[in-house]
Amino acid sequence: MRGAEAADAAFAAGEVQGPLQGIPVALKDNMCTRGMPTTCSSKILDGYEPPYDATVAARLRAGGAVIVGKTNLDEFAMGSSTENSAYGPTFNPWDPATVPGGSSGGSAAAVAAGTALVALGSDTGGSIRQPASLCGIVGMKPTYGLVSRYGLIAFASSLDQIGPMTRTVADAVALLETVAGFDPLDATSYRGEVPSFGRSLEAGVAGLRIGVVTELTSEGIDSQVLGAVTSMLDDLAEAGADISEVSLPSTTYGLPAYYLIAPAECSANLARFDGVRYGLRVEGETTEEMMARTRAEGFGPEVVRRVLLGTYALSAGYYDAFYGRALRVRTLIRRDFERAYEDVDVLVSPTSPTTAFAVGERAADPLAMYYSDVCTIPSNLTGDPGISVPIGVDDAGLPIGFQVMAPALEEERLFRVAAEVERLAAFSARPALATSEVVAS
Amino acid sequence: MSGWEAVVGIETHVELQTASKMFCGCPVVFGAEPNTTTCPVCLGLPGAMPVPNEEAIEGILRIGTALDCEIAEHSVFHRKNYFYPDLPKNYQISQYDVPICHDGSVEIDVDGDASVIGITRVHMEEDTGKSIHVGEGGRIHGAEHSLVDFNRSGVPLVEIVSEPDLRSPEQAREYGAELQRIVRALGVSDVRLEEGSMRFDANISVRRAGDVEYGTRTEVKNVNSLRSLQRAIAHEIERQIGVLESGEPVVQETRHWSEDLGATTLMRSKEESEDYRYFLEPDLVPMRVDASWQARVREALPELPAARRARYKGLGVDRRTAAVLAAAPDIADLFDAAVSAGADVRLSGIWVTGELVAYLRAGDRALDETAVEPDHLAELSAMVTGGRLSATAAKEVLGGVLDGDGSPGEVAAARDLLQITDAGAIESAVAAVIGEHADAFAKLREGDEKVLGFLVGQVMRATGGKADPRQVSELLRSKAGG
Repeated sequence: MRGAEAADAAFAAGEVQGPLQGIPVALKDNMCTRGMPTTCSSKILDGYEPPYDATVAARLRAGGAVIVGKTNLDEFAMGSSTENSAYGPTFNPWDPATVPGGSSGGSAAAVAAGTALVALGSDTGGSIRQPASLCGIVGMKPTYGLVSRYGLIAFASSLDQIGPMTRTVADAVALLETVAGFDPLDATSYRGEVPSFGRSLEAGVAGLRIGVVTELTSEGIDSQVLGAVTSMLDDLAEAGADISEVSLPSTTYGLPAYYLIAPAECSANLARFDGVRYGLRVEGETTEEMMARTRAEGFGPEVVRRVLLGTYALSAGYYDAFYGRALRVRTLIRRDFERAYEDVDVLVSPTSPTTAFAVGERAADPLAMYYSDVCTIPSNLTGDPGISVPIGVDDAGLPIGFQVMAPALEEERLFRVAAEVERLAAFSARPALATSEVVAS
Repeated sequence: MSGWEAVVGIETHVELQTASKMFCGCPVVFGAEPNTTTCPVCLGLPGAMPVPNEEAIEGILRIGTALDCEIAEHSVFHRKNYFYPDLPKNYQISQYDVPICHDGSVEIDVDGDASVIGITRVHMEEDTGKSIHVGEGGRIHGAEHSLVDFNRSGVPLVEIVSEPDLRSPEQAREYGAELQRIVRALGVSDVRLEEGSMRFDANISVRRAGDVEYGTRTEVKNVNSLRSLQRAIAHEIERQIGVLESGEPVVQETRHWSEDLGATTLMRSKEESEDYRYFLEPDLVPMRVDASWQARVREALPELPAARRARYKGLGVDRRTAAVLAAAPDIADLFDAAVSAGADVRLSGIWVTGELVAYLRAGDRALDETAVEPDHLAELSAMVTGGRLSATAAKEVLGGVLDGDGSPGEVAAARDLLQITDAGAIESAVAAVIGEHADAFAKLREGDEKVLGFLVGQVMRATGGKADPRQVSELLRSKAGG
């Protein structure tokens, strides 16, 4: 409220802070906010209040935005349904019997329901785009390094990227422009000038070459999802785009490679949660026992599974067979994309193989859950940008998302195509649980 | 140890004295209140990220270049994973398969026996915090509780790994000492062993003389003085020979040196040793040190101890003095400046490595806290060679100069230490002594040289020690001969 009052006062005084001045923003609860609890939806960080703001939070505040709250996630961003939260699951506003996707399910649901106008999520293997798809909103993962990760509690550092979750493509541009750009506190942040991403939103797709990824539009994709994607491709062709099919053979190995690289990095990133300095501590006879008990009690089962998997993958004698091989696959996938972009300007696919699935449906089957990210993971492995735009609903009335991918730092092109998809889809359905006043905005 | 040969390699850790820490902006200071020089990065708070310190990279490049290493144009950081309460992220950012410097060497000399010790690699990492265990003699086992001070966490740490080229405890000690001298000359660390800004791990094995295969090695961790390094290695060699001669195998393990016990004790066996699960640090990008940066570092290197020793040898400085000078760059610089201002090499060598060093040590002072200037030494030297000041009085004058009492001339005059150079005054003193001790003078006339010392002594006493004894004895001789 204080933020809102400050924004009001700034408006009254005629101060211009930026396009997000006075705009209510929700942050996924893995981004540090000074003086506000930041838990990663984990018991191990219960009550933890960071002494500093993540760079994105600081930039939002500086831009006059009002941080209205922190949103639920799968613990430490590990999951695709926002069911793995120590604070309970988030439900999909379109149908509370289904999941909102994940791990940024809280941000997706908040924007879909209108409790925040825009939100930031983080995307390690699809955690912005997949929940955006399941909740019928726009979700965008920028090029790796475009948005500072300083203050984002790391899951897998080489894959994590913060991005906007909004109702419209134009809002995504405004939010991204507020938070993007070089940060001296993040050694991996992009040093170049950040161009205006929204210059070409009205430019259309005439003459653009759009490649449809064969491996992501065949088996394993729900037929209604495929149907909606195919119909959008027809519309894009009619709008003047040159549509062709592109094969990225190595992407078939994207999922297994991701589930070695991400756990390996997380096994180190999450090592610091040991009860010594902050968060939960469960006492023990020795320091080692205290650490082991704290971690056993503080982490949920999915986190434990990935930490163990990653520890194993990095162990002497297994490194080459698992982690080392996954890195080689990552290189092959990068090369596939580089080759593809010699012939096409953007690549497209469904965002998620299915629409929102029932709460509990995949909870007991990790592999089925992991498959939810099959279409989004390749962009994290390459570091390239990707966006999900809602294009329709299935027979059950659940939203379907269309994914556009572009080469690194080609955000302007990505948004140009996304804006055309948004126009062509004319997606106007709203979830049953949306609050009325924001729907009108 | 006859019939046996020891094989020793040493890992040396050097904390760099940079303005800020390796990956954050916190200052590098020793002895601050616990946990006052920390921030989210060096405390390993969730979300914090490392940013490399260019000054530290420059520091390690200076060390690597001084050790004649190859410099990698591209090198990378890795994470070294292990759980320990003073390691806030529970991984250390270090280097693994692509260190920034590799394949160098250093020449050491033990009692005139020179050898070249290979340097495998020199890599960059961050230091850990410090655990303070309360109760049970300060060891972690049995302590009532432990405290952690993170001031040291993230201080730039350089690890210098030698080849297993050392063959004796004496060589190992000299190797450690030479590294200390080199790093001090470079000015990148104060290399104070007692404060932990330089520390050693030694890998030790023994084999039958003439064997080519290495024996099983043990590692002695965290040795924090040169004396301990020599003793720990000597003890470990003896222990391993004892084990082998009793028909048992040496067990690969990590051992701890106890200065009090004068012995190494088991820390952990190989089975308990950690698998560090190294992998590329994803929060950092590869480091690039291009040819022009390498050249700049090379050109900016100061004169290194070995070159200094060789130069002093050429100047006629004795071996001991040259060694002391080469180990203390600031004093050696004063010496060099004094000599170029005209000071006598031998006299200034004695003064700076004798009186000056003793003066600094007694007052726990640094050279720049004294008032001495190179010109002072030149002036003092001229006074002694010109016979106006005795060698003994010169030392007293130097003390006054160091205290800031003025130039050597002023101090000598104020303390009435100048010698009598006036020939008439000496002549009359000699005449008086001859009159007083006619018997002795008669003996001298008869050629009895034994009484000369006595007569000179009497003249010196009469002049209050201010006559030049050489001049006095010449005068006495000429009178006796005439």
